[in-house]
Amino acid sequence: MNPLPTSPSPTTFAPAPGSAPLARMVLAQARMEARLMLRNGEQLLLALVIPVIVLVGGVVAAGRLGSTLGGAAAVDVLTPGVLALAVMSTAFTSVAIATGFERRYGVIKLLGASPLPRHGLLLGKALALLIVVALQLVVLVVVGLLLGWEPTLTHPVRTVLGLVLAVGLGTAAFAALGLFVAGVLRAEATLALANLVYLLLMAGGGIVLPTSTYGAAGGLVEWLPSGALGEAMRGALVDGQIDARSLLVLAAWAGLGTVLTARTFKWE
Amino acid sequence: MPHASPAVEIDGLVMAYGDKVAVDGLSLDVARGSITAVLGPNGAGKTTTLETCEGYRAPQRGTVRVLGLDPQRDRTALLPRIGVMLQDGGAWSGVRAVEMLEHMAALHAHPLDTAMLVDRLGLGDCGRTPYRRLSGGQRQRLGLAVALVGRPELVFVDEPTAGMDPQARRTTWELLEEIRGDGVTVVLTTHHMEEAEHLADRIHIIDHGTAIASGTPAELTRGGRSATIRLVVNRPFPDGAPESLRAELGPLTEVRQLDEVSMLIHGPADATTLGRVSRWCEEHGVLPQTLNLGQRTLEDVFLELTGRELAP
Repeated sequence: MNPLPTSPSPTTFAPAPGSAPLARMVLAQARMEARLMLRNGEQLLLALVIPVIVLVGGVVAAGRLGSTLGGAAAVDVLTPGVLALAVMSTAFTSVAIATGFERRYGVIKLLGASPLPRHGLLLGKALALLIVVALQLVVLVVVGLLLGWEPTLTHPVRTVLGLVLAVGLGTAAFAALGLFVAGVLRAEATLALANLVYLLLMAGGGIVLPTSTYGAAGGLVEWLPSGALGEAMRGALVDGQIDARSLLVLAAWAGLGTVLTARTFKWE
Repeated sequence: MPHASPAVEIDGLVMAYGDKVAVDGLSLDVARGSITAVLGPNGAGKTTTLETCEGYRAPQRGTVRVLGLDPQRDRTALLPRIGVMLQDGGAWSGVRAVEMLEHMAALHAHPLDTAMLVDRLGLGDCGRTPYRRLSGGQRQRLGLAVALVGRPELVFVDEPTAGMDPQARRTTWELLEEIRGDGVTVVLTTHHMEEAEHLADRIHIIDHGTAIASGTPAELTRGGRSATIRLVVNRPFPDGAPESLRAELGPLTEVRQLDEVSMLIHGPADATTLGRVSRWCEEHGVLPQTLNLGQRTLEDVFLELTGRELAP
């Protein structure tokens, strides 16, 4: 921080206005939002507890049944799917619910009269989201490894690049859709819809299980953002491939969500 | 340092929501370094006016200048210089009181010491309490702290003491007077007469979106043709007493029953009125215990101007 030789004593109210540098404001906003997300019990349930249960439960069940998925060990297929699920839960459901209530409680309105510009607010939100997603992925990767997950490392560069692109584009697509929902519906309706969509996509959206296991419906499911994110993650971590088609589908959803949000979002 | 130009200049502002006109050709100025109260009933257009000054809405007609700037076009330059306290809310439900204040401090270049503000506004006991569990009065005090923390030149406070107990209200008034003393301009809305009368250097009374009177509290309450008579009697009034008393006193009078033994009468301040009140009491079998001719208040002024009570 700059020294303030000319400013009055900090115990008086004499005016000394000014905004903090943009980077400091964005970091403060990101830290605040990430902290609030991690503190919220329900969001933590979506972000970590459910993915861990799905992963452990799926691996245990597959072990009992002695089944594999397309010739690969269940944990190797389920872990990328659960990583995708975690991205979806935070980027879509948590973002939608949090933003819906921020509108309701006048947070966005109050920030609108603060020095933090709107692009600063969006940057802060994006950064908070990436922080939380990164923490989720670290925890889930550890759980997966403990369960015996062996990611494919035949083409490490492709795997890492595919993973980064899948997480980045998946986060962008779901966050844009989450903001769209939060911007047009009331907070309660957003809460209900965001949870419902999460459950439906978790169960039948091609995110945890490969779209190839959906039979005839698989062709449709891969065009969903959930199916595309799941496939892109499995492409990177199971096959060591960059699944260009799925990444393009995610980019298209991100574009659509951004346009819809920009047209409809009301800050208050 | 005194400035020649006003802190806020509103000229011919018109704001409508669909068919409903909220602000209808409002013009007013706010002098730098003053406390200015915008007084009016709910729905008079106070909040809409403030929100236009804060850059939330563009004027549909007329102009608004705040610290010489256009609140919409010059938003980036203006926002760091003003503090805003919203009428309700403006915090995450899970954020702790002090955390919220520190966050808002971090958005400014030279924020006030948050510990000092916490102390001054009595937020020490609830500093770690999540916002959703704060009482109405605590939320108001946090809202005021948030408005002040960036060391603004000008603060807009919308109903600052709504929901506060009398002691917190008194503390808040003292704080607002102190910041004025340090050179901060304060614009507050209220429908609380005593607040405007106690605090404001200048009052603008707003009704149906226009300023119907402006002046210092002394100017507004000086003279006038009416007074408040407070009548307290020894036994409950008969049914229909206010109507019958009003019929006795004539059309220039307003009668409001406060409880079963007391009434407020707004009307001409003369011996005839007092005589008629005494006679009415005699006829209705009640004995006046108190028959006070009160000083003219802002409430009387408002009643004269609009024919309505201000209190919600």
